[in-house]
Amino acid sequence: MSFRTGFAEGARLAVGPAAATFALGVSFGAAAAAGGWGFAAPMFFSAFGFSGSAQFSLLTTLHAGSVVAAVAAAFLINARYMVMGIALNDSLKGGRLWRALQAQALVDASFMVAHKGGGRFDMPRLVGATAVQWLCWVVGTLVGLLLQPEPGLMKQLGVDVIFPAFFLLLVLDEVRHNRRAAVAALLGAAISGGLLLVTEPGYALLAATAGALIGLPAQREAEPEKEAVR
Amino acid sequence: MRLWGAIIAVTLANWLLKATGPLVLGDRRLPPLARRVVALMAPVLLAGLIVVELAGPDWDHLDGAQVLGVAVAGGAFALRAPMLVAVLIGAATAAGVRLL
Repeated sequence: MSFRTGFAEGARLAVGPAAATFALGVSFGAAAAAGGWGFAAPMFFSAFGFSGSAQFSLLTTLHAGSVVAAVAAAFLINARYMVMGIALNDSLKGGRLWRALQAQALVDASFMVAHKGGGRFDMPRLVGATAVQWLCWVVGTLVGLLLQPEPGLMKQLGVDVIFPAFFLLLVLDEVRHNRRAAVAALLGAAISGGLLLVTEPGYALLAATAGALIGLPAQREAEPEKEAVR
Repeated sequence: MRLWGAIIAVTLANWLLKATGPLVLGDRRLPPLARRVVALMAPVLLAGLIVVELAGPDWDHLDGAQVLGVAVAGGAFALRAPMLVAVLIGAATAAGVRLL
């Protein structure tokens, strides 16, 4: 498959999350405007930081406490990207710097749609999925800054369903033919659900990756490669 | 200045988090043991993200309409609806319930 075909496939698969990303971007822009962030700072943050969870975290924690604490909270929320970067590395090509540059395309939904099964990732698909989401995030931020819509509007439209629903469909697709992946997913859900009661979501997500440790014992036969998501 | 400092720090931290694995590992492949663990990382993180998105800190953000919408999307997908259609059905369900 050529880069262009994979890129287009990734962009097509990410239409759902991109729509949610746009809506979240609008929310972020509106909230940043209401928080007195001005125009340039939120636009810069969305274009170069490109991380909804970390951006919302900084927005809500910066005014309440120290800069160090706010930055640490945002860092913690994204700590999972370190694990995802390690997982992605075997699918990257070139030297260390080129690989590190390619890994910048990592975002949650792209990591999932690019997963071919067995820990292998389709990089053109990952880049295509991220490109469309990045564009929607930046344009959404701009629209939010300019229009500043009511905070509850996105929820009324059911936009808050899009990300978890999309993740659910992807996990169903992942575990359909792989019992070990199903058990690992249940473990991840249980760990994060339990830890949410006692710690921050960032820690809960990071700890959920411990569910993958059930992959340590070798299996008798290799798992089949995942079918392409619809 | 405080705002810009925080934004630049989070942006740099985000880049570094994504780059750490490739910078440390380079072209070395993971050992088979680690590869088996990494193969399960996507479903585990997906499941964790779903729980965190739905429950929120201390399970305070749990919203019946949102959970129903997500469940309906899953049901539609199980009944062979295309992914995007299933998600839209779920979102419409939540929006409809909130209108009632």
